[in-house]
Amino acid sequence: MKKCMNTELRLKQELKKLFNKQRLAVLATQKNGQPYSSLVAFAATDDLKQIIFATSRATRKYDHFSNDGRVALLIDSRTNKVADFHKAIAVTAVGTALEADQRVRQHYVKLYLNKHPHLTEFVQSPACALVQISVKTYYVVRTFQNVVELHVA
Amino acid sequence: MKLIIPLDKVSKQDTALVGGKAVALALMAQHAGNVPHALCITTTAYNVYVDATGLRERIYFELCRKPFTDMRWEELWDVSLRIRNMFLTTPLPADPAQELQTAVASVFSDKATVVRSSAPGEDSMRSSFAGLHESYVNVRGTKSIIEHIRLVWASLWSDAALLYRQELGLNVEKSVMAVIVQEIIEGDVSGVAFSKNPLNNSEAVIEAVYGLNQGLVDGSIEPDRWIIDRKTGAILSHTPALRSRKLAAFSEGVRFEPLSAAQAEAAPLSTEHINRVCALVNTADNVFHEPQDVEWTIRENRLYVLQSRPITAQKTDMSDDQRSWYLSLRRSFDNLKALRVKIEQELIPALIAEASRLADTDLIRLEDHELAFEIADRNEILQKWTHVYWHDFIPFAHGMRLFGQVYNDMVKPADPYEFVDLLRSDKMLSVERNRMLQHMASIIRRTEHLAAALRNGCEFQHKAFNSMLDAFIDRYSGEASGTAQAEKHKQALIRLLLKMADHSTPDKQAVRVHQAELTDRFLERFPAAQRERAHELLDLARASYRMRDDDNLYLGKIEQQLYRALNEARRRIGARAISDIDALTVEELCKVLHNPSYVPARKSARHERPKEFIVQPRQLIGQPAGPGIGVGTARVIIRDAELFNFKAGEILVCDAVAPSMTFVVPLCAGIIERRGGMLIHGAIIAREYGIACVTGVPDATHLIHTGDRLTLDGYLGIVTVGEHAL
Repeated sequence: MKKCMNTELRLKQELKKLFNKQRLAVLATQKNGQPYSSLVAFAATDDLKQIIFATSRATRKYDHFSNDGRVALLIDSRTNKVADFHKAIAVTAVGTALEADQRVRQHYVKLYLNKHPHLTEFVQSPACALVQISVKTYYVVRTFQNVVELHVA
Repeated sequence: MKLIIPLDKVSKQDTALVGGKAVALALMAQHAGNVPHALCITTTAYNVYVDATGLRERIYFELCRKPFTDMRWEELWDVSLRIRNMFLTTPLPADPAQELQTAVASVFSDKATVVRSSAPGEDSMRSSFAGLHESYVNVRGTKSIIEHIRLVWASLWSDAALLYRQELGLNVEKSVMAVIVQEIIEGDVSGVAFSKNPLNNSEAVIEAVYGLNQGLVDGSIEPDRWIIDRKTGAILSHTPALRSRKLAAFSEGVRFEPLSAAQAEAAPLSTEHINRVCALVNTADNVFHEPQDVEWTIRENRLYVLQSRPITAQKTDMSDDQRSWYLSLRRSFDNLKALRVKIEQELIPALIAEASRLADTDLIRLEDHELAFEIADRNEILQKWTHVYWHDFIPFAHGMRLFGQVYNDMVKPADPYEFVDLLRSDKMLSVERNRMLQHMASIIRRTEHLAAALRNGCEFQHKAFNSMLDAFIDRYSGEASGTAQAEKHKQALIRLLLKMADHSTPDKQAVRVHQAELTDRFLERFPAAQRERAHELLDLARASYRMRDDDNLYLGKIEQQLYRALNEARRRIGARAISDIDALTVEELCKVLHNPSYVPARKSARHERPKEFIVQPRQLIGQPAGPGIGVGTARVIIRDAELFNFKAGEILVCDAVAPSMTFVVPLCAGIIERRGGMLIHGAIIAREYGIACVTGVPDATHLIHTGDRLTLDGYLGIVTVGEHAL
């Protein structure tokens, strides 16, 4: 049991390190059975249970998750070199996306801009929605084939 | 692109291309003369080879399979063996091959050579790291020299180098290896000279042996030693060796030869020789402006320089951690032969006698305090034999590794573990035990009324079966027949036998035929004159393989006797209503026996914080230890007793498959082991039965739970957990 706790802590530390380092992630959404992916600037809460991104309400992705909140987000450390097969880590977060309501928006804006200060103007635009993904599961792939799942309890 | 530089064209500026060893030799040739002809194969040649053949990526893959911190020394050896085999089986691309062939043939023709490593950076680590990379003595002919160049390249990733990867700065992208091919001088006398004694700066030290230097360098031949006054050159002392043999070039390789009576009597160096060697190291000191350690040889009264390198004042400490113990496992053939005699004729008989003496003690008759003393004694005895296990039994396992390397060098198989198939034996203790179980299962299979009675828990009359069952329990359970423990063991064993009776044993006839073919193939690779030696090596490796499997069972005999005494203590203490008896340590059990009023403190339950996440494995990576695909339900074994719950078709998940567990293997759909290695029991037995096996899966018994659905890929070393839906 102790080992499992260590594994959990070790994994969480690894994820935090990756999420702090990487700025962009690939968001996957769908509408009418048609998958769609887009690049988003993201930030994660300290407990790793929420992932935040900002998007204009006029975008296709906004339309998609407004209809079906089920999304996946790929965050990885690849550098486009052969060594990626063994060095890179790829994390898929699966969860539900929802525009953050006013009560939590300010908290998330602070968190988000702390990581992406250059997006201040974008986030403060009235057309911009701050979206929170409530993560259900992380799928963590290391050394090409090592896959571990981290389910939110 | 310079792939080759002749030694006489090497200058100090070439260090990155040819390594410090080659540059030092070139400087000695310029200032001291008498350096044998040599070619330097540059680091460029290494880079061209690993890039053009894709080896660089393959090395990457091997090294990144799992974190080094999670690897046991056996796994490091496996990684190194696989990489070495890649170099062995991957020829040079045509262009560089042509260039090397032309140069090697024109300089050496059919002369004997020594092929040495010269890794850049090696010189900065100084002599304390000497020996981590390989050198090959008495290599003859262009084809063989080029093959040995590849082996020296491979030794950049030797197990020893991987152990010291941090100190060496090993890095797949940057680490390179240069090689020196040098004409061999078959010296009459050879040795090493230190221009400054590390223990006393006013002295120099000379060590010398008859024959080739390799015997001195690898420690297999004790040298004569002289201490010299550096200022006056006077001999301060001479410590003669017990001279009996020398190392000499033989066919392609080297061998020990006895010294003549005259040589055994006389010191290898005369005073005149000592003076010349002293003058040589003084020259080396002047050339390099720091104290030198010079390897030299004398043939027909002519003194040759073989190598010169700086002496480090402070040797990097290679003795204060487990790594030095691991390096001590790399033993010579002769050392292993002596160890075999010690183990087979001395240690094992003594161990069996000790276990038998302990088994004869009637524990029930002992008073409580006598039982406490008995437990303490048995605990000490177990520690003594555990020490023997680590210091004699485990090092003997190097015999099969030594054989594996020779087999791969000679046969160059695609599978670097093919050699294991030659080592199997029906004489192993675990095989004998399994055979007994299979025999009992076959009796049940053939005898309907017996099977029915056993299933219904009824009394049964079958003389042969009953006596075999009792004999098995007596021999392997460590419990005296008639006791409650023995009865419990018997019932569990019957349940297992019933399951085994439902499955017939795989036929091993095909395996035996394959083994005979491989043996012939191996022996045919040797010239007639060397076949006897090859036979001897195979015989030693088989003994080593057998011992690797048997040693735990032997040690288990002593363990059983300690457990027997502990069980007796628990039985008595149980009557005093002390809770959690199973958690009591040996010391606590003894305290309770000595003092009936002593109540062990209860361990407080650990408070664990509520979980925020649940970790579930999906795909785990280990070593591909047994080819095949296995699909089934996990059975995680933490305690041996849980084995009796094992059902046919399940996948065995455990920390390490002990030989005492192997009887369930024929029922398995696959094996997963936390402990890594290709030559450990799990891997050996899985190969034996052709069962998919993955070893070295970190945290396997914690991440996988009994009942999980598993798919095991024994070809790639991958374990997939769960069904395929998200």
